Amino acid sequence: MSNDTVYLIASLVKAVVIFLAGVHVVPILVILERRISAWVQFRIGPNRVGPLGLFQPLADLVKFISKEDFRPATASPMLFGLGPILTALPPFLVLAMIPLAPSIEIGGRQLALSVVDTDLGLLFVVALSSLSVYGLAIGGWSSDNKYSLLGGLRSSAQMVSYELALGLSALAVVAIAGSVSLPEIVAQQSQFIGFAENGRWAGWNVFAQPLAFILFLIAGFAETNRLPFDLPEAESELVGGYHTEYGGTKFALFFMGEYVAMLAISLMISILFLGGWHFPGDKAVIDWAVGLVGAEGAAISWVTALIGHLALLAKVGFFLFLFIQIRWTLPRFRYDQLMTLGWKVLLPLATANLLLTGAVVSWS
Amino acid sequence: MDPELATTIAFYVFALLAIAGSVGVVANKNPVASAMCLVATFVAVAGLYLTLSATFLAAVQILVYAGAIMVLFLFVIMLLNLSHETFEGISVRRTMGGAIAFAFIFISIGLLWGTGPKPGEAMSVRPGTGLEIGRTFLKDYVFPFEMASLLLLVAMIGAIVLARRPKLVGGDR
Repeated sequence: MSNDTVYLIASLVKAVVIFLAGVHVVPILVILERRISAWVQFRIGPNRVGPLGLFQPLADLVKFISKEDFRPATASPMLFGLGPILTALPPFLVLAMIPLAPSIEIGGRQLALSVVDTDLGLLFVVALSSLSVYGLAIGGWSSDNKYSLLGGLRSSAQMVSYELALGLSALAVVAIAGSVSLPEIVAQQSQFIGFAENGRWAGWNVFAQPLAFILFLIAGFAETNRLPFDLPEAESELVGGYHTEYGGTKFALFFMGEYVAMLAISLMISILFLGGWHFPGDKAVIDWAVGLVGAEGAAISWVTALIGHLALLAKVGFFLFLFIQIRWTLPRFRYDQLMTLGWKVLLPLATANLLLTGAVVSWS
Repeated sequence: MDPELATTIAFYVFALLAIAGSVGVVANKNPVASAMCLVATFVAVAGLYLTLSATFLAAVQILVYAGAIMVLFLFVIMLLNLSHETFEGISVRRTMGGAIAFAFIFISIGLLWGTGPKPGEAMSVRPGTGLEIGRTFLKDYVFPFEMASLLLLVAMIGAIVLARRPKLVGGDR
């Protein structure tokens, strides 16, 4: 087999695996959300279907599929169907750009553990995640319902506003790492706290860029339309916002898009600010594990990737928990507060932070 | 699979998508559908950049055109809630305009046909990476680059001044 054939097959396999992984995270998050919300509100939550209620998402799925595929008579048929698809697609494309572990060695070749192996990863992540606004806007508009339209308008205004803070706070990390390649940004954070031999910051970026971390986190909540930024679907004002008229599988697609976007943004926060697959004492742990299984040669990279992957997943799990916990703890913003926060607080802070970082980086 | 063949296939897929999208922009009566067709065209053009290994351009194309500019277009269309365009009949002026546009397209195709590299060959020309593009912009061409951004800033301020009402009613926030 030629190199190109191997590359093609490897890419296809990776694409299928990542897609399935993304799809399967959704039911896990659904049951977690329902149980955690119950826990926050002193309820028991769904505990009837299967052991501990773990099969509840399966029952939800059956319900979604068996529902009537309803469309308002005045809704534009093509755009109405396009809305949910365009919401669910971009988060999966973002997942394809994110490396999940250090690259492994197969048959003497390095295999990057992201579907798309590019040195412009961060750029593509920001670009593709900005596309998810179309689904909400189109879905809201095509429903031909004033609540849906308001939801769609809110979502597009909100996403455009918070994208700036998101991008600018990520740029501060780029300035430190000197690269937009996600594996290189992770490699730069190889120590927990400390400087590299050439005097550059080599610890986790959350310690060098605490402000950018907080800004990115807030903007990430806004980009995924999670509370306290769920203005586009504010139930108490807009019935259901952009998805008022949606039911059944189409609604499930909106749902899926939101949860996969949560996963993608949690991965991005972990990679940009929390050292990706690095953790304090990771070299010792990897050496111990390599000795334990007696790995040699290429197998060492496999063990490293596995441990790194678990470390990354732990961080992602923490942020997913945070996402859910905050949803059931904080009240919703008012719309003018949302815009004020985005344009008058986050954007100036992110710009100032980037300028300061740029000055410090070019000085040293 | 031969990479050149794969690039050629990708080229034709994206090229057809781009053409179909741009036809959709003018053929659709629904402004929102037109806007979505334009987004599809932009994404397809980004795909064409990828077949030329201009990864940076592809990312920026999606980020700026599809991700930012078209969202604002769509926002305005939705905010004004434009209804379907109606067909206003054929007039001499429209026929003339259409004929000139078609003549222009066919002359351009005739002139450009067969020139330039074929889709597969174009791969051999390697455009700059993000680093090289950044260096060129901020070292060699820093003055024109800054002037262009100044121009955009002026346009933005101008738009705000023009759009602003003389006196804000009750705007004491």
